[in-house]
Amino acid sequence: MTVSSVGVLLAATLLAASLQTVAEEDAPYPAAAMQRSFEAKKQAGMDRLTQDEVQALCTRYTTATLPPAEAERVQKQSLSSVKPPADGQYLGDFKRGEKIAQTGTGLQSSDDPTKPNGGNCYACHQLAASELAYGTLGPSLQHYGKLRGQTPAALEAAWRKLYNSQADVPCSNMPRFGHQKILDEQQLKDLMALLFDPNSPVNQ
Amino acid sequence: MNTRFAARLLYTMLASGTLLLAGAVRADTSTQDAIAEYREMFGDDNPAELWQARGEALWHEARGPQKANLEACDLGLGPGVIAGAYAQLPRWFADTGQVQDLETRLVTCVTSLQGIPRDDFLKVKFGDGEKKSELEALTAYVVAASRGKPLTLPLKHPAEQAAFDLGKAVFRYRAGPHDFACATCHGEPGKRIRLQELPQLNTALGAREAYTHWPAYRISQGELRSMEWRLQDCFRQQRLPQLKFGSEVAIGLTMYLAKTAEGGVLAAPGIKR
Amino acid sequence: MSDPMRIRAVANGDKVEVKILMSHVMETGQRKDADGAVVPAHYIVKVVGTCNGREVLSADWGPSVSKNPYLSFRFKGGAKGDKVKITWTDTAGEQRSDEVSVG
Repeated sequence: MTVSSVGVLLAATLLAASLQTVAEEDAPYPAAAMQRSFEAKKQAGMDRLTQDEVQALCTRYTTATLPPAEAERVQKQSLSSVKPPADGQYLGDFKRGEKIAQTGTGLQSSDDPTKPNGGNCYACHQLAASELAYGTLGPSLQHYGKLRGQTPAALEAAWRKLYNSQADVPCSNMPRFGHQKILDEQQLKDLMALLFDPNSPVNQ
Repeated sequence: MNTRFAARLLYTMLASGTLLLAGAVRADTSTQDAIAEYREMFGDDNPAELWQARGEALWHEARGPQKANLEACDLGLGPGVIAGAYAQLPRWFADTGQVQDLETRLVTCVTSLQGIPRDDFLKVKFGDGEKKSELEALTAYVVAASRGKPLTLPLKHPAEQAAFDLGKAVFRYRAGPHDFACATCHGEPGKRIRLQELPQLNTALGAREAYTHWPAYRISQGELRSMEWRLQDCFRQQRLPQLKFGSEVAIGLTMYLAKTAEGGVLAAPGIKR
Repeated sequence: MSDPMRIRAVANGDKVEVKILMSHVMETGQRKDADGAVVPAHYIVKVVGTCNGREVLSADWGPSVSKNPYLSFRFKGGAKGDKVKITWTDTAGEQRSDEVSVG
């Protein structure tokens, strides 16, 4: 057998393998059909359809159905991605935090990519008592800091949740704001202040 | 203009023009009440009728290179039958060898019967003010002819079952920077985003509530919106790229929703906030 | 080219109830498009209703009325078979009239 025919044989095997993968994915997990059915629009590129490991697992399972071994792996892996603030300071400005929590734009094809992304916290959570237009997909965060106090453990837990929610609850519905670079470090600190600052509207 | 009429006119204008602004800052119950009040004021009237009327005229008008109308268009119940046609869509069509929803089937009729090029017909898929969509008008006309009919999707053809399976899988597909899937917002009962109540679309109850009222006139946009628009805009909010019109995912999700809503009685075009 | 109005006029005792749906963009002139350019004002400024030629409604409208306006009113002195005619005029000077028989 010559070297080139090995190459051809190898290519044919790879092709067969990839066809089989596509067929398998198509049945329960439709990655190939997704690729065929979308087109890039402005900053929403086709790469966004490709799942990372957590997304793939959490498509197949929910928090309740995820096998314990997988859950542990997701949690461990997610935890290792969490970067604490470089200067060790967790709390920024709660007023800026409130604005980030109110802002629902960012990363949609229709959004201005030169503007900072929002956190859109009120879409899912109750925060300040004065804001009645809050969603209920996530738990109420009213009096978050008042109930917990600014202990190192409470600050670290909240930072972890904001940075990569999968480190706390595998297959959580909450976006991984730090890990996915939706919000930058300063924005995360401002949200932390919204949650913990005694003068924040959340704690009134 | 007498005083009583003036008061009534003012009421009508207030309700139709500024109601949503007022509703947005109130608590959720009063917003729901205000939208219910708005619907009640219209009674049987719905601005979607303006689209229906335009669609009816388009249906009967001889147009395109073939100078033909659409009266021979087969939407699954035989040529020219529109009563009840929307209640059994999407479905597999032998002539195209594809599962088609109402919108893609209308494209087939317009291109094959009238000879109008697909791209010309689809130049305005979704209307915006002065830019009006012929597709949306025809859609509204056909949909209205299924009012009161129960959704019936037997999925007899394997391609119909495959479309359903694909839609079901896509519903849970998490992707993009925010890790969102359809199921993130529409997978649990009794939830809402801000004040907007979210139907649980993987249950018969929730799917019926939503599907039987689409397409719908969106008060906040002043436009009739089709199911293809609804799906495309959901994916925009999921931060994913743009869903292609008539793509297998668009048809699959529509099939999944329609089948899940099976038995629900169509009341579309509806009125939405 | 404007689309026809949808008009319903129903006699009820000595009153006629008229319901109208108009197809109009009702651009306020305050809105900007995706490119940041102001969308020029284009809205209905005048609505006139007649019954067999007799004026039964005259209304001055402005930019605060919603897109695709819905209007309902009642008037006295109409009967079945009468012709109710509605005419609107907009800021572009365009005019549209549609007529219906009272049912």
